[in-house]
Amino acid sequence: MSSQPYVRPIDFKHGRIDMNHGAGGRASAQLIAELFTKAFDNPALRQGNDAALLAAPPPGHRLVMATDGHVISPLFFAGGDIGALSVHGTLNDVAMLGATPFALSASFILEEGFRLADLQRIVQSMARAAAEAGVPIVTGDTKVVEQGKGDGVFITTTGLGWVPMARDIGGANARPGDVVLLSGTIGEHGVAVLSQRESLAFDTQVQSDTAALHRLVAAMLAAVPEGSVRTLRDPTRGGLGTTLNEIAQQSAVGIALDEAAIPVQPQVEAACELLGLDPLYIANEGKLVAVVDAAVADTLLAVMHDHPLGRRAARIGTVQADAHRFVQMVTRFGGRRVVDWLSGEPLPRIC
Amino acid sequence: MKYIDEFRDGALARQIAARIAAEVQPGRRYHFMEFCGGHTHAISRYGITELLPAAVRMVHGPGCPVCVLPIGRIDQAIHLALERGAIVCTYGDTMRVPASRNLSLMKAKARGGDIRMVYSAADALKVARHHPDREVVFFAIGFETTTPPTALVVQQAAREGIANFSVLCCHVLTPAAITHILHSPEVAQYGTVPLDGFVGPAHVSIVIGSAPYEPFAAAYAKPVVIAGFEPLDVMQAILMLVRQVNDGRAEVENEFTRAVTRDGNAAAQAAVADVMEPRSEFEWRGLGLVPTSALKIRERYATFDAERRFDLRYQGVPDHKKCECGAILRGVKRPTDCQLFGTVCTPETPMGSCMVSSEGACAAHYSYGRFRDIPVVAA
Repeated sequence: MSSQPYVRPIDFKHGRIDMNHGAGGRASAQLIAELFTKAFDNPALRQGNDAALLAAPPPGHRLVMATDGHVISPLFFAGGDIGALSVHGTLNDVAMLGATPFALSASFILEEGFRLADLQRIVQSMARAAAEAGVPIVTGDTKVVEQGKGDGVFITTTGLGWVPMARDIGGANARPGDVVLLSGTIGEHGVAVLSQRESLAFDTQVQSDTAALHRLVAAMLAAVPEGSVRTLRDPTRGGLGTTLNEIAQQSAVGIALDEAAIPVQPQVEAACELLGLDPLYIANEGKLVAVVDAAVADTLLAVMHDHPLGRRAARIGTVQADAHRFVQMVTRFGGRRVVDWLSGEPLPRIC
Repeated sequence: MKYIDEFRDGALARQIAARIAAEVQPGRRYHFMEFCGGHTHAISRYGITELLPAAVRMVHGPGCPVCVLPIGRIDQAIHLALERGAIVCTYGDTMRVPASRNLSLMKAKARGGDIRMVYSAADALKVARHHPDREVVFFAIGFETTTPPTALVVQQAAREGIANFSVLCCHVLTPAAITHILHSPEVAQYGTVPLDGFVGPAHVSIVIGSAPYEPFAAAYAKPVVIAGFEPLDVMQAILMLVRQVNDGRAEVENEFTRAVTRDGNAAAQAAVADVMEPRSEFEWRGLGLVPTSALKIRERYATFDAERRFDLRYQGVPDHKKCECGAILRGVKRPTDCQLFGTVCTPETPMGSCMVSSEGACAAHYSYGRFRDIPVVAA
């Protein structure tokens, strides 16, 4: 028999996505083979099926699942891109339950006309992020929409993890007397992205903090007794202020913050000052908030400081009884104020 | 941050607070209006009220550019976007102000209006250059601070001969508004709103200088202290006002000497005078029709005037019956006096304009100061 017929390789340098790439025919298969399967390569994907067969979690564990759609603009920004972000974001959601992520899926919605060079760059960045995190992308999907009906590329990822049966980490577990820890400086991701939006381009050296937090979480949980870490959250959209309000709401407690203790990079502070924004409401993609038993706070801080993603970890506040569930803050100026939920997009003030 | 942290020093703040407390005369009460939303924001955000003695009360003024924008003007911008197919460019805060028919610019955008948030007037002109086939309107709002940039882009557009750009000019004037407040019956006749002095605008004064407040301070015997927007500026200005009241003086003093001169920015004033002229009257939300309190585009730049270009007729629209924004903007009521405050009117679903901008009295109180209304249970 003859060998496979010759197929001209995809021109990733000059090519663009067209409707054929999503039609399910040869072009789709070729794109999957030459780009996705090649970049994400792993045993589950190599099975070549429409679904992945995975091993069951170890005995005494439960499954954790999280999903996250990524629609960021611009697609490439200082410190990351939509690819890395789509891996980190979902891994972090899984990790915030104290779980160990073990598999990811990825669904791409591509816009007709999207440059293949950009897609390749994004897919390779995803592959790198997944490899670094030690979590394979085991299944996926690609669809193409007509020009004008998408914004280049949207990526939805789903993550699976497992967590010991007895572990109970969640937003409703904060108790009066607990301590609030933050893993590092806030606001870098939001500022890095904002600075590159066409409408308000400004020069800054700020890089997105996008990173996978599950190893930091694992190190923290290994260092203290089960149950002493009550809540873990990554303050993404809405920023630290909104995340703390969610925790206060879910746990029916108040939170008292010390503004001076919240680490912010000077460049982020400067950019926020210029744009009239508050770093408390700016998105992060590689930070976590931990509400913990006061007795283990120092131990955890030491563990965080020893981890590359927790070097600037700080104790930023305490949980208190408060029927109104306010997040309050002693300002650096010496006054007190409420830190409210973010309302709407963080719009700039105009004068 | 250099040149910022110095003006947010908590230890210095406590020293000034101690001086204010020491100099306040027993039995006397001091009511000062901070005209500007920027000051309102600083007072709330840094918790300045907590540092002041009980005898000093700050009354929030109408100096929030978004808050004073009447519904009818937002309606015009929405009309241009939805019915006239124009690209409407505007500053961010304006997007959420409630307008007629349960719309706002943000909701109009969701209905297909091409409405874009810009950071500067120059960005709006850039949009016009990129879309020569579309009408591009800059919805220009704000006090004297934001007026010169609007004037400059109109001049620029004229020089470049840009044919698809115009400005919906809603720029308003500070001195007219302050005078109007002092004429209001609550202040002038009934004395229900005692006002002992004003914290004068920061950025506005950089443009217009301190001189325009002088006739006003003399005529109404009210001290004015121009202050920067940093919390220590505000504290220092309050101390200076207390001293003026104690001495029986009514002068224009300048705390913000690092930026404000007596005559202001001549180049900016010249650009504004070239492009704009006073309107005979303008509707302010909360203050009603205020004579010579706003600017319009001059005849010689008529092609850049969206009102002429699209033949717009202004139609006033009354506020919600229960909305107290008007009284709050005049300093007659506090946010918590309004039945809507914190119930149906919140920053997520603002009914009145004071709840929209973070410089608005209601939004500032809701976002930063609410805990003072309710005793917090100690841990």
